[in-house]
Amino acid sequence: MIDDSKPIFMQIAELIENGIVDGTMAEESQVPSTNEFAAFHRINPATAAKGVNVLVDSGILYKRRGIGMFVATGARAQLIARRTEEFVEQYVKPLAVEARKLGISAEQLNTMIERNSGLAPETGTDKERSAAL
Amino acid sequence: MNETIIEARHLVKHYKELNALDNVNLSLTANRIYGLLGRNGAGKTTLMSILTAQAFATSGEALVFGASAYENDAVLSRICFIRESQKYPEDFHPQHAFRSAALFYKNWDQDFADRLAEDFQLPLKRRIKKLSRGQLSAVGVIIGLASRAELTFFDEPYLGLDAVARQLFYDRLVEDYAEHPRTIILSSHLIDEVANLLEHVVVIDRGRIIMDADAEEIRGSAVTVSGSAEKVDTFLAGRKILHRETLGSLASVTVDEALGSRDRAEAQELGLELSPVSLQQLVVRKTMAGPGATGAASKTNDFADDTLEARR
Repeated sequence: MIDDSKPIFMQIAELIENGIVDGTMAEESQVPSTNEFAAFHRINPATAAKGVNVLVDSGILYKRRGIGMFVATGARAQLIARRTEEFVEQYVKPLAVEARKLGISAEQLNTMIERNSGLAPETGTDKERSAAL
Repeated sequence: MNETIIEARHLVKHYKELNALDNVNLSLTANRIYGLLGRNGAGKTTLMSILTAQAFATSGEALVFGASAYENDAVLSRICFIRESQKYPEDFHPQHAFRSAALFYKNWDQDFADRLAEDFQLPLKRRIKKLSRGQLSAVGVIIGLASRAELTFFDEPYLGLDAVARQLFYDRLVEDYAEHPRTIILSSHLIDEVANLLEHVVVIDRGRIIMDADAEEIRGSAVTVSGSAEKVDTFLAGRKILHRETLGSLASVTVDEALGSRDRAEAQELGLELSPVSLQQLVVRKTMAGPGATGAASKTNDFADDTLEARR
């Protein structure tokens, strides 16, 4: 789960974000404590705290004094908007590089995506995504 | 909260012609987990011995909690030093060792020690000299954890402990540290195993500190670029190269700098592969590089073996 590609606190923040985006961590639900994250991922507690604090600073999580950390209302939409922006850099460009290397045309690529993605052909019906775009 | 608790200035230690410590300057703050890394004979144990007043420096100054630890009970009672081969009186049982520790350390937690003994399946009423190597290490690990000393040194405490017992040690260390923050200095060869536990890393090589940085800063500070040798070399021209390997027309080169997103995109365009460098790989590269590397030729295999093992 944790690897060497980037700082651990960023990976912790991403793991929590993933949970929020895919719905396992609902808005207004409590997230585990930094010590629980540290014990679970076998990482330094200060590092886990740093990861959580990144999300507090960006308004994804908020603190209830003496109780713990909670997912903010609107966090999911905020994350989806940001990730949609990053989608081209992180996924589309590497895909294009490999396609070019193999001599796959844009048309062929589109066909492949349509056949294999399981996505609905008309993405505009997804309310949250169109809001994000 | 984060006051400096260890301050070493210009520490030098000579053993006859050997320079065990060569002008070491170090400043460590409270309540963090430090990794003290380096090869055998690099000076790790010497440094810890001087800080804990078990050896004398040839010159320089070592302050712990603001004072010298030599014959200073006020300082020594706050320090726990678990050596690689800790010696105990001949006829002691583990429970005698724990009782002695309880007398010395004011934060000693007997319940915790009992739980750990159970976890490590340590026979409490067997003479220590009859214990296996791993059980002997467990005695040290238990004392180091249950003493809850403000400053705890673990000098390769895992000799003879199997992978399961080592994992138990790391897990208990993180859990207990989270509840009772204190300063831990962990010296280890098994860098991959402890890397994620460390907040700050100090690497010592031939008596000198060659790295002193937060673990998170180090993570991602180096990268391995591989692909066709020609493209790799063009891409990396002018960068600080730590290591270079070739296989036919392919090259795999580790550089000691992070790549920005533009560099990454460029590497991608060129069809080069980027892979992260683990803390262990980085320490291996750094302690093999540089002049005089042949000086410790007899020990070159230590890390190589660990790396190979980690890859399996």
